[in-house]
Amino acid sequence: MSRTTDRQAVIVGIGATEFSKDSGRTELRLACEASRSALEDAGIPGAEVDGVSTFSMDNNFEIDVHRQVGGHELRFFSRTEYGGGAALGPFHHAYCALAAGQCQTVLIYRGMNERSGLRFGGGQIMNMNALNPDMIHFSHYFPSGFMTPASWIAMTARRYMHEYGATSEDFGRIAVSMRDFASTNPAAFYYERPITLDDHQNSRMIADPLRLFDCCQESDGAVAFVVTTAERARDLDVDGVRIAAVRQCALPSSRQVTPFYGDDIARFPEFDAMAGDLYETAGLQPDDIDVACLYDHFTPSILPQLEAFGFCKTGEAADFVRDGHISRGGRIPVNTNGGQIGEAYIHGLNGVAEIVRQLRGTSVNQVAGADHALVTAGAGVPTGAAILSRMEA
Amino acid sequence: MGAKSSQRIRPVENYDSAHFWQGLRDGKLLIQECGACGLRRHPPQPMCEQCQSLDWTTVESSGRGTIYSYTVIHYPEIPPFEYPNAIVLVDLDEGVRLASQLRGADPDDIAIGQRVIAKLVDVQDDLTLPVFEIAP
Repeated sequence: MSRTTDRQAVIVGIGATEFSKDSGRTELRLACEASRSALEDAGIPGAEVDGVSTFSMDNNFEIDVHRQVGGHELRFFSRTEYGGGAALGPFHHAYCALAAGQCQTVLIYRGMNERSGLRFGGGQIMNMNALNPDMIHFSHYFPSGFMTPASWIAMTARRYMHEYGATSEDFGRIAVSMRDFASTNPAAFYYERPITLDDHQNSRMIADPLRLFDCCQESDGAVAFVVTTAERARDLDVDGVRIAAVRQCALPSSRQVTPFYGDDIARFPEFDAMAGDLYETAGLQPDDIDVACLYDHFTPSILPQLEAFGFCKTGEAADFVRDGHISRGGRIPVNTNGGQIGEAYIHGLNGVAEIVRQLRGTSVNQVAGADHALVTAGAGVPTGAAILSRMEA
Repeated sequence: MGAKSSQRIRPVENYDSAHFWQGLRDGKLLIQECGACGLRRHPPQPMCEQCQSLDWTTVESSGRGTIYSYTVIHYPEIPPFEYPNAIVLVDLDEGVRLASQLRGADPDDIAIGQRVIAKLVDVQDDLTLPVFEIAP
């Protein structure tokens, strides 16, 4: 029986540009292209967009995108902090704003030239202003040359290995699985280019224990969504995907990609804290989830997420992966678009788009009969997660 | 863009953190301690998260501690750092955790649980950092 209420948030449109290493156009143009595609997909004119949401590190003003898609008046706009950890922030905000009657049609976008422009993996800081909180925070790391997301997440991965006995090969199996999905996804940068575990083990060391093939890509591209109420969605000629549950989470131990000070940094405790709530709100259990997109900036981050969301017991994720459960045909296929490792790094939003395709039944790596899906935002940052469901499921 | 190619990025020194950086220049690794409840904290922050007091003092760390986690960075090679660059998270004996470089160790020999000691090193003009070595 559907639990949908009239003002529940439903994703009715998705759009994207191609994913590349050099888009050859501005981030604003990318954001506009993806947004226009999402509106066309939804069959909603831009004039109806009265809410816009994106997240930090996007360099495009909400009002510039809104104007160019033909928007008239913006009643709701928001921008969530913490980079990839905020990938579900806009969906959370849309969910709340729609339920509260604040607006009717929310456009969500992320457009970036993260490969041809400022590369996150390059050890650069976006804002060197001494009043900027990033700069204040990173002051305890950058002077030592501790400057890249790979090196920061390597710290948590090393600790996970120490606590639970996971190995580099366990990380490698995650990379192999995602590159397998990417190999059959024409939109993926690594289309038709699968790798073996040997390829992973022979890839260069980036920040021990992370090898090159443990790292997500750096990509140019944009992804956009249109979210409206269930009541409005029923009038559209689209397969809507409802946001069954969504929330964000930050804890006292949370930091900006440097979560080094908690009692146990092997885990990302935000996911442990959110999981029960999300399942309860959605009225579902782990067994009900058919497919997942878990944030994969680096392969090791998948392991504690599988545990937090109850697909396996704590400390058993490496075995779960080794047994093929997250791979093609497995119990809970993870990142069927190839993830940010195999498809593209659009700061988490391309994973949300893949979940929408899965629940519409249009993924190139379709999981048969997918009714419910889990999607997460960045690991090692204040983050978020959502359970999405087919409109009728 | 990042730092000038030959210089490390300098830390922000503000009302909350200047004591830490000046302490290093003065040869002391100073840890914040709440003036009300005594909770020690690092990195510096203005308010005690346990009792919300704005009063704080410092205790001088011995620099001794235990490796809690570590990474050895190989790529990208960012000037002026030398690679591989080993970074350790150290549980200091004074009860706080601190991230910094580890020098003089073969990367293959670094392990969680090893005892280390910080030396205060003038890494460039007007920038002194705690740099760890494996304890003898």
